Amino acid sequence: MSYIAKPKVTHPGMPKNKLGLYARDYEGTVSTLCAGCGHDSVTAAIIQAVFELGVEPHMLAKMSGIGCSSKTPAYFVSQSHGFNSVHGRMPSVTTGANAANRELMYIGVTGDGDSLSIGVGQFVHAIRRNVNMCYVIENNGVYGLTKGQFSASADIGSKTKKGEANNQEPIDPVSTAISLGATYIARGFSGDKEQLVPLLKGALTHRGFALVDIISPCVTFNDHEGSTKSYAHTRQFYHHVTDIDYIPPSEEIKTAYAEGETMPIKMHDGGTIVLRKIDRNYDPTSRAAAFKYLRERSNAGEIITGLLYLDESRSEMHELMGNVDTPLSQLPLDGLHPGKEELKNIQNRFR
Amino acid sequence: MVTVNDVVIKIGTVNGTGSASANGLLRKAIFRMGIPVVGKNYFPSNIQGLPTWYEIRVTGDGYQARANRVDLMVAMNAQTYEKDLAEVEPGGWLIYDSTWPRSSLLVRDDITVIGIPFSRFCNEKFEGVRARILMKNIAYVGAVAALLDIDLDIITSLLEETFATKSHMIASNMEAIRLGYDYARENTTCPLPMRVEAMDGTAGKIIIDGNTAAGLGCMYAGATVGAWYPITPSTSLMDAFRDFCGQYRVDPETGKHTYCIIQAEDELAAIGMVLGAAWNGARSFTPTSGPGISLMSEFIGYAYYAEIPAVIFDVQRTGPSTGMPTRTQQCDLLSCAYASHGDTKHVLLFPADPAECFYMALTAFDMAERLQTPVMVLSDLDIGMNDWMVPELEWDENYVPDRGKVLSAEQLEKMDKFYRYLDVDGDGIPYRSLPGIHPKGAYFTRGSGHTKLGAYTEDSDAYQDVIDRLLVKWETARKILPKPEIRYSKANKVGLITFGSGDSACVEALDRLQSEGIGLNYCCIKAFPFGKEVSKFIEQHDVVYVVEQNRDAQLRTLLINDIEANQMKLVPLLHYNGMPINSSFVVDKVLAESAKGRAA
Ligand SMILES: Cc1ncc(C[n+]2csc(CCOP(=O)(O)OP(=O)(O)O)c2C)c(N)n1
Ligand code: SF4
Ligand SMILES: [Mg+2]
Repeated sequence: MSYIAKPKVTHPGMPKNKLGLYARDYEGTVSTLCAGCGHDSVTAAIIQAVFELGVEPHMLAKMSGIGCSSKTPAYFVSQSHGFNSVHGRMPSVTTGANAANRELMYIGVTGDGDSLSIGVGQFVHAIRRNVNMCYVIENNGVYGLTKGQFSASADIGSKTKKGEANNQEPIDPVSTAISLGATYIARGFSGDKEQLVPLLKGALTHRGFALVDIISPCVTFNDHEGSTKSYAHTRQFYHHVTDIDYIPPSEEIKTAYAEGETMPIKMHDGGTIVLRKIDRNYDPTSRAAAFKYLRERSNAGEIITGLLYLDESRSEMHELMGNVDTPLSQLPLDGLHPGKEELKNIQNRFR
Repeated sequence: MVTVNDVVIKIGTVNGTGSASANGLLRKAIFRMGIPVVGKNYFPSNIQGLPTWYEIRVTGDGYQARANRVDLMVAMNAQTYEKDLAEVEPGGWLIYDSTWPRSSLLVRDDITVIGIPFSRFCNEKFEGVRARILMKNIAYVGAVAALLDIDLDIITSLLEETFATKSHMIASNMEAIRLGYDYARENTTCPLPMRVEAMDGTAGKIIIDGNTAAGLGCMYAGATVGAWYPITPSTSLMDAFRDFCGQYRVDPETGKHTYCIIQAEDELAAIGMVLGAAWNGARSFTPTSGPGISLMSEFIGYAYYAEIPAVIFDVQRTGPSTGMPTRTQQCDLLSCAYASHGDTKHVLLFPADPAECFYMALTAFDMAERLQTPVMVLSDLDIGMNDWMVPELEWDENYVPDRGKVLSAEQLEKMDKFYRYLDVDGDGIPYRSLPGIHPKGAYFTRGSGHTKLGAYTEDSDAYQDVIDRLLVKWETARKILPKPEIRYSKANKVGLITFGSGDSACVEALDRLQSEGIGLNYCCIKAFPFGKEVSKFIEQHDVVYVVEQNRDAQLRTLLINDIEANQMKLVPLLHYNGMPINSSFVVDKVLAESAKGRAA
């Protein structure tokens, strides 16, 4: 593999965002993943989302662990800082990075192996702290990079290429996140960019922990018949329960939405998420209802997608701790201690 | 014969009975009389019920190490009578609670056993079980004060300071003290021939433990992110940092914090947080102990290769495995020096006492940012949790923190192209940029193979180029790290090397040996990699004793490995039973070695 800088050719007439940048400006180096890998489609959706949001590239921090999925931050927004950490530990690095600088926008990209096995502890604790980040799991049911072993998200009955079936309960990141109290929980499919881009935009602008679990098939090790994470299986069984539009702060809500089926939710950045319920009875603001619905449908073999739960009222990590608004990393050091005389006073207690 | 200001008091109590404040009172009162004093805790890995001891060494000469003898034992715990009795030096004294008939265990002809009915007094005078237990502890302070001639006025003023807002507490505490004091005066000849006397040995000194000093140092260094997972004996470091930040890092108007302490889910997460924060430009640190270092290893190697500053305090305790969590050792040298897989080696700092914990906290942040690498401060339980007398900490107003080679937005703007891992200056240290500063500063941080331009690589030459450059940085580190403390006289042919908490015992031992006509030169190492001064010191001697507190001579191994010291010269003197090292150990070993024919 090598590091190839892609030429950034722009065409007149291509759309620009509010910063005057083209989608091309949000690209990264050329992917070295297998042709057809779901992860590359997720990369494309991320590029589209940050382009549409008009994110300043250098204000975005791309965090990841280890795996095919975790390599992808190299393939989008070259002008952003990236931190490709160690296996399963992206959440802690992001937590610390965020602690130091709360002004950056954090996107963590990880795999089902990275987040549900070796890193499951860090995954759940990042939720518990409500770290302000967009947490993308590129979920393919296998360890792609180590050549196709089952991951903890493999469904019961799902088969390997050789035909062995998994018989252990899967860990579902979405229901895990609901039970832990994550504040933005979505599921998408790498093959449905139209649905995925707004889910990512909502997740990136949400204040607090936003999980986007994305079924992202591994064409090399888990796209055969009998796999429940293949393109074919996902296409056949997936259901949008909601669709969302993300309306930025500067724009008005123009489209008319039918009463009862839509729900506008104000975001902290001033934007709005307009949520269209495909199933009228679905209530994405109730943890209990979301959990029940999800369990029922997944027992029926369906893969439920969309924005599944949202709570904009909860405080994120810095608010919970009562930290100053200025990024801690930008505070001048000489203002962080009380100086010579006070050091004398402090020591009176040591006499 | 009367001995003045050279007495060791040991107090045996039960964990969780509040004896710590009584012991602190005693130690402080002696200190306030101007007499140098140290306090050591010997405590169990337990919250309540097991035996615990506090040892106060009144040390007019100012030596800080454990004395390895007990002159006056305060045996308040019947469970440990036998052991406590056996420890007293011939000619010494033992006080016990004589409310109950004297135990048949408490018999020794060569010491004086003094019974004082502490429980009976306290049951008569105080209400409630808890108060009675607490007051019983305070009462022995009174008895010891009478026996050793400690100034009661000083004790009174200490109580007044402690209970400034609870005046009734002063009265009841004083009452308990008087009970012990008066009883001792009425029933024994006070003071004992071994006693204290006011002197002028504590001016400009404080008594502090290393963890408090390190926590204070982190606050003064401007650390803003601290991540940790509780582990003895490092926990009180973060407690101290939190207390100091609570006092000095809260905006008086908004109540908002300029610090962020995260109690992580484990040490893997703690170090991950430290790296994330440091990558973003914050001074961040984690305190831990040996088991934590084991868990952090993967990330420590990452930080070495991706060149991220990180400050780690390892307050060492006895290993292997869980070992003895409340006992001291210097047993993590090798696991810290070479933490993580692959070719890694790390900068270590060795504070010898709490004052150095304070100053080295600053050095650690400076070095981590200058060298863009993890820096580990290797303290230990003896330094971290015991009460040492050290010179008052001084803040140098001219101190300028070393933030290392961090490019500003203006510098980046002017650059044609920024490459993260390029050795522009030839010192092996590249320039770094912080996220969010400038689009031109963006780079991809990775633990996988990378070229000097920061790109992913699997190319042999490009890979090797970077890890070879890290060796250049290593040599830079060797030059700029704190120098060893050396005492050298041409007359002496034999040298002695130690580090960290070995210092106090060795300094005392060298004085003792000198008074017997045996002169040794001394080198107390402050950092790894070792500077040329250490190499020279070894070269200057035919025999060099290496005194350390672990079984496997880890410092000696590092000396052989890092500076190719002649191993035939390096004679290991190893103390590793979990107790702090003492000067007698060093003296005896040196004498035994020289008797074997090694020159001294
Ligand atoms: C500590 C450690 N153990 C094992 C590995 C090997 N390893 C690399 S990637 C991976 C699994 C990745 O699976 P997943 O996160 O699902 O990513 P995918 O490749 O499927 O996208 C493993 C086990 C490693 N890099 N580090
Ligand atoms: S192995 Fe699977 S997950 Fe990895 S790049 Fe190939 S298709 Fe994608
Ligand atoms: Mg996977």
